[in-house]
Amino acid sequence: MKESQRKSVLAVGPFHPLQEEMEFFQLTVDGEKVTDVNVRLSYNHRGIEKLSETLQFDQVPYLVSRVCGICSASHPLAYVQAVEEIAGVKPPDRALYVRTIINELERIHSHLLWVGLGGHFIGYDTVFMWAWKYREPVLDLLEEITGNRNNYGNVKVGGCREDIPDELIPKINQELDVIEKKTEMLTKAVLDDPVLHARLKGVGILKKDDAIKYAVTGPTARGSGIAIDVRRDDPYAAYADLDWKVISQPEGDVFAKAVVRLLETFESIKMVRQALARLPKGPVAVDVKEIPPGEGCGHAEAPRGETFHYVRSDGGNRPVRHKIRAPSYVNVPSFKASCIGADIADVTLTLAAVDPCYSCTERIAVVDGHNAVVHDYEELLRLSREKTALIKKEIGAPEMKLEGC
Amino acid sequence: MDWKLWALKKSIWVFHVNTGACNNCDIEIVNLLTPKFDVERFGIKLVGSPRHADALLVTGVGTRQAAKRLQEVYRQTAKPCVVFCTGACACGTGIFEGAYHVAGPVDNIVRQVDPNAIIAYVPGCPPKPQAMIMGVVKALSALQPKEKYATERVEQTVVANPG
Amino acid sequence: MQQNELNRQLSRIQAKLTGIDRKAGNRVFLSCEAENVYAVCRFLFSELGLRFVISTGIDATDCFEVLHHFSNDESGCVVTVKAFVRNRESPELDSITPLIPGAEWIEREMHDLLGITFRNHPNLERLILADDWPEGVYPLRKEVQT
Repeated sequence: MKESQRKSVLAVGPFHPLQEEMEFFQLTVDGEKVTDVNVRLSYNHRGIEKLSETLQFDQVPYLVSRVCGICSASHPLAYVQAVEEIAGVKPPDRALYVRTIINELERIHSHLLWVGLGGHFIGYDTVFMWAWKYREPVLDLLEEITGNRNNYGNVKVGGCREDIPDELIPKINQELDVIEKKTEMLTKAVLDDPVLHARLKGVGILKKDDAIKYAVTGPTARGSGIAIDVRRDDPYAAYADLDWKVISQPEGDVFAKAVVRLLETFESIKMVRQALARLPKGPVAVDVKEIPPGEGCGHAEAPRGETFHYVRSDGGNRPVRHKIRAPSYVNVPSFKASCIGADIADVTLTLAAVDPCYSCTERIAVVDGHNAVVHDYEELLRLSREKTALIKKEIGAPEMKLEGC
Repeated sequence: MDWKLWALKKSIWVFHVNTGACNNCDIEIVNLLTPKFDVERFGIKLVGSPRHADALLVTGVGTRQAAKRLQEVYRQTAKPCVVFCTGACACGTGIFEGAYHVAGPVDNIVRQVDPNAIIAYVPGCPPKPQAMIMGVVKALSALQPKEKYATERVEQTVVANPG
Repeated sequence: MQQNELNRQLSRIQAKLTGIDRKAGNRVFLSCEAENVYAVCRFLFSELGLRFVISTGIDATDCFEVLHHFSNDESGCVVTVKAFVRNRESPELDSITPLIPGAEWIEREMHDLLGITFRNHPNLERLILADDWPEGVYPLRKEVQT
C-alpha cells in the first residue's frame, strides 16, 4: 500500500495491537473527538460478480445468498426479479406470498439481532442476551419452512423452490404471538429507559442532506426523516396487497434508528400474519426455459436497506454482467458524516447504528496524529460502556426493566 | 505435549477470525454465547486477543487480503492450539472456488506457516451451533482419546439440549 | 414526482442523449456519450432530485459502459444513465463524486476492477483489491479468466 499524504494511514492490524497493518476503519482523533475517517475494504472481497458470469442463471441465487448472511433472502430475491424482468416472467401469486413471508421473517430476526448488538456495545448485555434468545424461534421457523436457519435457497427464477405447507401455518402464527409479546416488552423497555434516552439521543446524528448526498437507504435513511422503502415505492412480491406502514423518524440519531427498527419489527409481524391468512392456492413456480437478451434491474428492501441487482443477458444461459449492490455499501460511507466531531466513546455505536455486517464493526480502530493506534476495538467497546455507566450514575436511574423472562 | 493437550480440555478459550465470510458463520458463533446454547457453561469463552486463546474459530474463504493476517494471528496464538475451520468456506472455499480474490482454503493458509498445525473441520453453511459444539467436543476427544470423562459428560449435555 | 411528470422532465435533457429506452414497468435507460455523463447526472440528481442508487461498469468488448442508476422513489422508476466510453486503451470519464459524495466508493471500485479513470475524483486510491494485487490486472475485464 503506497504511503498516503493524509494523517490516518499506517494503522494497526485488525487482530493484534502491535502489528503494522491496515485496519478496516481508521479514525483520526484530536483529543476525544473524531476528525477523520478512512476505510479500507478488501478483507471480505471475494469476487462474486465475476463468479456470477461463470454460473448459469438458475445457479446464481445460491451464490448471491451468501453475499451477506443476514440479507440472505433479499439478495437472491432482487436478482431473480431482475432476471424475471428480462424474461418477462410473472411468478404465480402463491410464490409472491411465500417470498414475502420469508423476507419479513428475515427482517424480524435481523432487527432483533441489531437490538442485541446495540445493547452489547453500550454495555446492556441483558438486552443482547434477550434479543438473541428471542431471535431463535424465528430461525427455527425458517428452518422448518426452508431447511436452513440462514441461507434459505428458496427463490428461483419463476417463483420459489419450496412451498409453505398449510399444516405449518398455525404453528407460525403461534410463534409470532410469542415473539410479538417479547418484542413489545423489549420495545417498551428501550423506549422508556431514561439511561438509553440519555445515551442514544443526539448521538451519531446523520443530517437529512448528508443522508441524501451519501444516498443512504433503509432504516439509516428512515431514521433521518427520508421515508423511502422499496416495498412501497416499487412494490414487489405481495407487498402491494398487504396493509402496513413505512416507519420513519426525523431526528437522525441512534435512538431514532433504534425506534425505526423496533417499530418495523411489529409491521413485519403484521405482514406475515396477513400473508399467511391470504395465502392463495396454486403452484409456487412457473417453468422458465430461456432468458432472452436484455437487461433488468431488481431491487428489494433488505433489513438494512435497498438491495439492488442489475443483470445483463445476451441470450445465453449465463449472465454477461451481474452487478450487486448491498445496502451497506451506501450506508457505511455515511458513517463519515455522522461520526466526525463525535466522541470516540460513541464510534462503535454510531457505526453499529448503520447496521453493517457484524465483522465490519469488529474492525475499527483509532489512530492519533502520529499514526499510532490509540484505541483498538476492544478498547472502544470499553469506552462506550464506561460512558453508559457514567450516564447511569448521573441520572441515578434504576436497572432497566426487563420483565417476563 | 500430552499434558498441555490435557489442559486444553478444561475450558477452551477461543478467538474468532473472519477471513472473508458472509457473516452467517460469525453470527452462529456469537449465537453460541446466547441463552439457548450457552457455551459458557462448558467454560468456552470468546477472548479478545489470540495470545489468550486455545483455539481459533476461523470463518471465511481466506481472501487474498486476509490471508497474511490469518497467518500472523496463528503465529501469535499460544501453542498448542486447535484451528477450527468453521463453515464450508473455511473447510474448502465452498461456493467461492475459483474466485479471483480467494487465496485458498484456510487449512492451506495455516499450513504454510506450520505444516503440523492441528486443524479441525466443522462443515455447514452455516454450521448449526449444535454442530459447532459437537465439532469442538469431537476434536478435543480425538486429541486425547484415553480421557473419556470429558467426552461422556459433554456429550450427555449436548444430547439433553437438542435445541 | 409522478411518472408522467418524470417522463416530461426527461425529454428536457434529450439533446445530451443518444437514446431513451423505456422498458416495460418502471425502467428507463438513457444512453449518452462519455462527455455528457456529468451534465445528465447533474440534471437527474440536482434538478429532478432523484436518489443515486449505484453504478455498474461493464466491459462490453468494443467499448466500456458505465451505468449510473438513479431512483425516482415516488413512482418507483429506476432511471439508468448509460455512458459509452469508446477509448479502450485508456478509458476515462468524468467523476460524479464531486456532485454526489455517495458515488466515491463505486468509482474507486470500477477503477480497481475495470481500470477506468474518473477525472476529478477526490481520492482514486485502491479500495477493494488486496495490497499485493498486481497493477494493471483488471479482474472484471473479459480477458481475465476467473
